[in-house]
Amino acid sequence: MSALLSAIAAGFVFGLGLWISGMANPAKVIGFLDISGEWDPSLALVMAGAVAVTVVAFRLTLRRGKPMLEESFALPTKKDIDAPLVAGSAVFGLGWGIGGYCPGPGLTALATLSTESVVFVAAMVVGGLVHRAITRT
Amino acid sequence: MQNFTPVSALVGGALIGLASAWLLALNGRIAGVSSILHGIFAPPEAQWRAWFISGLLLAGLAWVGFLGPVPVRTSLPVGWVAAAGLLVGFGTRMGGGCTSGHGVCGLGRLSVRSLVAVVTFMATGMVAAFVVRHVLGVPS
Repeated sequence: MSALLSAIAAGFVFGLGLWISGMANPAKVIGFLDISGEWDPSLALVMAGAVAVTVVAFRLTLRRGKPMLEESFALPTKKDIDAPLVAGSAVFGLGWGIGGYCPGPGLTALATLSTESVVFVAAMVVGGLVHRAITRT
Repeated sequence: MQNFTPVSALVGGALIGLASAWLLALNGRIAGVSSILHGIFAPPEAQWRAWFISGLLLAGLAWVGFLGPVPVRTSLPVGWVAAAGLLVGFGTRMGGGCTSGHGVCGLGRLSVRSLVAVVTFMATGMVAAFVVRHVLGVPS
């Protein structure tokens, strides 16, 4: 139970960070990705602020043998730079540049009940399920 | 650069980093939102993922209800929104992560694989943002 409360707290703080930073506002994200107009470099600082924390905190955390509430760490094991990584990331970027939403901001923006946040999240779930259906066969 | 908001960007970014550090330190899991979302449909680790996503949604409700201004965009045609969602959903699963998993967490782990992903989606994101708005003339 405490692990679940920990997970919801982490999600909550993560979401607040998205709102405070402006990343839950797709127009602000587009302001960064569209370098032709009034360019807004804010998103680069969001990423820099986040990675400055994780690069130190992850290192300290992983020195411990195990996490506080679970038996072991579950970390990605893939290291290879393969075609699905590059092609998938390229496809994701196209969708991000069109809509200004990546998964986290899209989800937390559901709270606005705006048509576009609902349509975006529904389509995102379908896109993931399509990928699963294709790769399963 | 009149829209540049360096302080809120850094503070919000640091909170995102703290939340990711929290999830790793306590739960031992990576805060990659695309993996967490789609993992809800794949037991056995569905439960904590549902709670994490619930936290994201609650943060949105708290912000909308009590905290800040909520800009809502209505100009982007719904067909483009749907296309964006499909591409993001499919692409993040194919590439194994998004801005949080590859960006915040992968870069934090100094993963070269994640760096390649980040450079790739930043590049195609910039191309798409330009083409859709300035070549195709889609309002946004």
